[in-house]
Amino acid sequence: MSIDTSKVASSNGTEAATASKPGRAGSLATWADDRLGLATAMKKNLRKVFPDHWSFMLGEIALWSFVVLLLTGVFLTLWFNPSMGHITYEGSYDQLRGVGMSESMASTLHISFDVRGGLLMRQMHHWAATVFVASMMVHLLRVAFTGAYRKPRELNWVIGCLLLLLGTLEGFTGYSLPDDLLSGTGVRAADGFLKATPVVGTYMSFLLFGGEFPGESIIPRLYIIHVLLIPGILLALIAAHMLLLVYHKHTQWPGPGRTEQNVVGFPMLPVYAAKAGGFFFMVFGVIALMGGLMTINPLWKFGPYDPTKVTAGSQPDWYMGWPDGLLRIIPTGWESVIFGYTISWNVMLPILIVPPLMLVILMLLPFIEGWITGDKRDHHLLQRPRNAPTRTAVMVALMTFYGLAWAAGGNDIIAIKLDASINQITYFMRVAIFLGPLLAFWITRRWCISLQRHDNDKLLHGYETGIITRSPDGSYAERHLPISETAAYTLTARDRDEVFHANGDTDAAGVAAPNTRSEKLRAKLSTWMYVHNVQKPTRAELEAAHHHAEHEAELQAGLDHPVDGHQFDDHHLRDADEVPLRDH
Amino acid sequence: MRLLNRTAGRLSRHRRGPLAGLAVLLLGLLISGSLYTALAPAQAQDQASDAEKVAEGKELFLASCAFCHGKNGEGIPTVRDGYQIGPSLVGVGAASVDFQVGTGRMPLASPGAQAPRKKAIFTDEETEALAAFVASLGPGPAIPDESDYSIEGLSEEEREEAISRGGQIFLTNCTACHNFNGAGGAMPRGGYAPSLHGVEGKYIYEAMLTGPQNMPNFSNGNLSPEEKRDVIAYLDSLEDAPEYAGFTLGGLGPVSEGLFGWLVGIGGLVGAAVWIASHTTRTKKSKVNA
Repeated sequence: MSIDTSKVASSNGTEAATASKPGRAGSLATWADDRLGLATAMKKNLRKVFPDHWSFMLGEIALWSFVVLLLTGVFLTLWFNPSMGHITYEGSYDQLRGVGMSESMASTLHISFDVRGGLLMRQMHHWAATVFVASMMVHLLRVAFTGAYRKPRELNWVIGCLLLLLGTLEGFTGYSLPDDLLSGTGVRAADGFLKATPVVGTYMSFLLFGGEFPGESIIPRLYIIHVLLIPGILLALIAAHMLLLVYHKHTQWPGPGRTEQNVVGFPMLPVYAAKAGGFFFMVFGVIALMGGLMTINPLWKFGPYDPTKVTAGSQPDWYMGWPDGLLRIIPTGWESVIFGYTISWNVMLPILIVPPLMLVILMLLPFIEGWITGDKRDHHLLQRPRNAPTRTAVMVALMTFYGLAWAAGGNDIIAIKLDASINQITYFMRVAIFLGPLLAFWITRRWCISLQRHDNDKLLHGYETGIITRSPDGSYAERHLPISETAAYTLTARDRDEVFHANGDTDAAGVAAPNTRSEKLRAKLSTWMYVHNVQKPTRAELEAAHHHAEHEAELQAGLDHPVDGHQFDDHHLRDADEVPLRDH
Repeated sequence: MRLLNRTAGRLSRHRRGPLAGLAVLLLGLLISGSLYTALAPAQAQDQASDAEKVAEGKELFLASCAFCHGKNGEGIPTVRDGYQIGPSLVGVGAASVDFQVGTGRMPLASPGAQAPRKKAIFTDEETEALAAFVASLGPGPAIPDESDYSIEGLSEEEREEAISRGGQIFLTNCTACHNFNGAGGAMPRGGYAPSLHGVEGKYIYEAMLTGPQNMPNFSNGNLSPEEKRDVIAYLDSLEDAPEYAGFTLGGLGPVSEGLFGWLVGIGGLVGAAVWIASHTTRTKKSKVNA
């Protein structure tokens, strides 16, 4: 079979072929390529393949909401005045006219009421921040639950955790800028947290505020951190995160044709460029709708910050809510006095110790898991959460801890909305924060293991048809039918877990083995991690099951009609080619 | 029967006559007017004297309030969980009664953390009588007059000043419990600062004056009558002003914002991601089931 070359080149058969005249886009591309030499890089990257799954797009929400943040943020900087200079408000919001406030508050009111589209931009910026951090969180959960953080992606996981931390700090510095009552309360709280640090606390506070709180420097300093320092680092880390993604290639779900060596999916151009580009507009659209329809931070009602004032419902934005919750439920009396200096454990524990500790635990997760399993292989195929019961359960336990602390941060709102007593909620949380994660761990792990058993049942005995047959002796049974080979392949495309056993204290020659203690710990953890897991059926078990199924089929083979109970299912139609097996 | 029929027939012959409508109207007015004169309660001009009102109030008090507050409003000494179950009403004043009974908080349906606002079960006259009786027990704050809490009489400029001053007083004294939006907030042990939305100015004034339940008492020496008036003017101005920024999401601050950010923002966008991923690429226009 010859290729029809008339469409791409002309040739009379004796002279060299000449390329047909390129189109306008083609000639432009050639012009650019002659000068920039991008074609080589593009040829590869524009055809780069990405696998298709909705959960792979969660990180994209973060990326696109970050773009919205940059766009709206630039708009806001054109009018925002980060100054603590004191002026009297004379703008168009009646209820605050004549009230003294800082220039940053006044300029925020100016953006809200006197700049065309200003309020929309402010609200979009704030909603985008809310969505930005939330989508990083959801993305993090997807990566953790599917085991995508295993080798070689551990460092990208660490970068992601740093992005989450920086996003949170960026949010804090952002909502502190307007200098309204709520943000001032937050800055005051932050000052208190700094001062709770033993020995250096007051020095750090004086350094940050340029003197005693509030001083006149904090807003300009937070501003430059918010618009230059953190966004710069965020951009650099996002770039590194994406470059590593391209370098590692995207993970994929196991299935026929998908291996650790390939990526099955669609190319960047045109498919993913269209999908991702379209998704950007959706993210932009949803955030614009939120900014246009839903109030966020109505600072004209808060009024300017004044240390004598405070409002009920003074909470930080959601991503700072969980340390606030820990702070709310810790017993107030936890303080000790050493050499006349007060150590405020009741502030240090919930704010200065537990949150950083949690972040470190989060960052170490892939390394701890890698050490326990001793698995040094690259992993590009994802695991279903059920197939790593201990990891899934650990993540759910961490989520439960987070969720309870988070809910405790809204204890007053919960109290008034559910007609409950804020004290009882606090007492409940003090216990639940310890018991909840343990309970969640236990339930999740049992649940995962049950699901593993269910998968094995499907492999060995087929899926439940929902057809109940009554046998001649009167007993009832549900018919099971084999699952398709695709489904069976996907279910079995996982490794068997290998429990690590430590060698004896001494080797064969009687020499003390190195690292005995840590190896023993590793063995214990490995047992704890894997021992209850259900492994996929062996080849022999699968063959026995198939043999059994074939035997049944043979018994029916002589009949010219379906066996009772199979009149309505696809079993007796198996011979007909056009009827596929059920895909599960 | 014949007579009746004949009469009915004669009447009905005129029922579409030009004056029939007028006649029916006049008849209706006559009947309702005479019924009203016969059955209506005492008119404003022949109001009961104070003594009669106090006596009427006492009757009502004995029937509905004395069980907890004692027959003479002296209270009952029973203490449970550190709270006196029926406090003395001597000296609480008419304003307190008008607030508690007028907003339906009293009589209490059941003892609890706090008396909730509910439908008032006494009429305005009965509340007035109860207030007169309790006021007679000892001197206390009187029910404020509308001129006390209205800024109607002020010039435009004075009103604006009153509103912005009221806002600052509100933020200093009230928002710590009632929230910046007047949406309410939590108090210890199941108590709560109720929402101020749609609460009449009179009741807000009385609440400041008498400090019901968990609320502190803002006496006139603490917040002058003008300052109380300004707070009410500010709250009214918030209710009159449009919500500049869209739905308020309960006006509860960052907690409800976070909730909606997750539900609408992340919920909607994850939905969009699922939608995009489920519409995968294909070469034919019609969907191929593969």
